[in-house]
Amino acid sequence: MSEQFFDWEYAIGFMPTLLEGLWVTIQVTVVAFILAAILGLLMALGRRSDNPWIAQPIGAIVEFIRSTPLLVQLFIFFYVLPRYGLRMPAFIVGTIALGLHYGTYTSEIYRAGIDAIDRGQWEAARALNFSPVRTWVGIVLPQAIPPMIPALGNYLVAMFKESAQLSAITVVELTLTARTIGTQSFRFLEPFTMAGVLYFLISYPSSLVVQRLEKRYAGK
Amino acid sequence: MQANSSDPIVRFENVTKAFGELTVLRNLDFDVAPAEKVTIVGPSGSGKTTILRVLMTLEKPDDGVIWVDGEPLWHQKSGSKLVPASEKHLRKVRGNIGMVFQHFNLFPHMTALRNVTEAPIHVLKMPKGDAEQRAVELLNHVGLGDKLGHYPSQLSGGQKQRVAIARALAMRPKVMLFDEVTSALDPELVGEVLNVIRELAEEGEMAMLLVTHEMGFAREVSDRVVFFDKGRVVEQGPPEQIFGNPQNERTKSFFNAVLRH
Ligand SMILES: Nc1ncnc2c1ncn2[C@@H]1O[C@H](COP(=O)(O)OP(=O)(O)OP(=O)(O)O)[C@@H](O)[C@H]1O
Ligand SMILES: [Mg+2]
Repeated sequence: MSEQFFDWEYAIGFMPTLLEGLWVTIQVTVVAFILAAILGLLMALGRRSDNPWIAQPIGAIVEFIRSTPLLVQLFIFFYVLPRYGLRMPAFIVGTIALGLHYGTYTSEIYRAGIDAIDRGQWEAARALNFSPVRTWVGIVLPQAIPPMIPALGNYLVAMFKESAQLSAITVVELTLTARTIGTQSFRFLEPFTMAGVLYFLISYPSSLVVQRLEKRYAGK
Repeated sequence: MQANSSDPIVRFENVTKAFGELTVLRNLDFDVAPAEKVTIVGPSGSGKTTILRVLMTLEKPDDGVIWVDGEPLWHQKSGSKLVPASEKHLRKVRGNIGMVFQHFNLFPHMTALRNVTEAPIHVLKMPKGDAEQRAVELLNHVGLGDKLGHYPSQLSGGQKQRVAIARALAMRPKVMLFDEVTSALDPELVGEVLNVIRELAEEGEMAMLLVTHEMGFAREVSDRVVFFDKGRVVEQGPPEQIFGNPQNERTKSFFNAVLRH
C-alpha cells in the first residue's frame, strides 16, 4: 500500500464510528439547547423579580457563568463536584454545563425580547384582571418569543460547535471520536478532516436557515 | 358596610398622588354615582389620566382611600383599620372596573374574537362556548360581527378601538374608564367610536368616567362634567352649566381657549 495524501479506504472504514460520534454531538446539542432555552427564561424572569433576594443572587450567578470559560466550568463539574459526592456520567455533566453556560446567553435574549413588549400590553392585561402567570403565558411570552427565534437559532449553531469542548471531559462526541480513531492508527488527517466536514455539513445549512428567519422577522 | 343604590360606586377620599416632586393629585375628593356618566375635562398635565390610572390600579396613590362599590381598592379592612391591600383583594375589587385606552392596547397575536374571549375564559372562568357566544354578541353590537377572525393589524384604528371596547365590556365592569379613546384616531374614524360609546351611555346601568377633548360629545352623554386643574376639582355640574355658564375664571379661560381652537 503506497502512502497516499488522503487515504479514502481508511476514511470510509472509520465513517460508521465517526457517525456514532456525530450522533452523540447532536444529542448533547439538542438536550443542552432545550436546557439553555428553559434556564435562560428562568434566569431572565428571576432577574426581573421585584424581590432583591431573588433578583440579585441570580444576577450574580449569571454574570459569573458568562464571564468564565466553558472549559473551566466543565472541569469544575467533572473533577470538582464528584469530590463533594455529586457523581454523574460525563455525558450528563457536559450537557448540563453546556446548557447552563448558554442559558446565561439566552437569558439576555429573553430579557431584550421581554423589554420590547409595549407597556400598554401589561396595562391591558392588568385592566382585564389577568393573573401574573396568565399575563406571562398568554400575553407577554407569545409576543416576545417569536422575534427571538433567530437569535436563539444562532446559539443553537454555536452550541453545536462548542460541544466539541466536551471531549476534554471524556464525552465521546464527534471530536473525541475523531481523535481516538487517529490515535489508534497514527493518522490524524483523515479523521479530523472528516469530522470537520461533518460539523460543516450541519452547521452551515443551519446558519442559512437562521439567516432566513432573521430576514423574515426583520421584514415585519 | 353594605352598598346600597344611593352609595357612590366610586369614591376618592383625600387621594394624593405625586411623581417625584410633582404632586399630580392633591387631596382629591370625588364621587361617581352608580350608572352616572361623568366627563373629566381640563388642561394637559392636570392629572386627568392619573385619576383613571389610580382607579384602574395602574398607579398606586400615595395617600387617601379609594372606594369601589363600598370596598376600599388599595386597602383592605383589618378589624377597624385599613391596611394595604393584598394582591387577592386588589384583584377582587379591580374586577369592578374596566378601561379603554387611548392606544387600544389590543393583543396583536390574537384575533378580534380571542381578544374579547381571553379574559372571560381565563379570569372569569367562563366556559369557552359561552364566552365566544357573548363575544360575538358584543362584537356585533359594536358593528364588527364580520371581523371576528381578523387580527388587530388587519383592522383600522376605529375598528381596533371598538374591539377594545367590546373586550372591556366582556368583563361586565360596573365602572368603565375611557381615556381620550378617540385622540389617536384619524378624524374620519372618530365618529364610529363615539357612536358606540354614546349607545353604551344610553343603555344605562354601567357608570362611565370619560376623559375627552370632544366637548360636543361630552355635553351630549354626560350627566356631570368635572373641570379639573392642577390636581383638584375646580368646578363641576351638569354639562349645560359647565359649558354654558361656567362660574370659575379658570374654567372660563380654558373653554375660551378650547373653543377658539
Ligand atoms: N409615570 C409618570 N412619571 C412621572 N410623571 C408623570 C407620570 N405620569 C404622569 N406624569 C406627570 O403627571 C402630570 C399629570 O399627568 P396626566 O397624564 O394625569 O395628565 P392629563 O391631565 O391626562 O394630561 P393630558 O391632557 O396631556 O393627557 C403630567 O405633568 C405628567 O407629565
Ligand atoms: Mg391624559
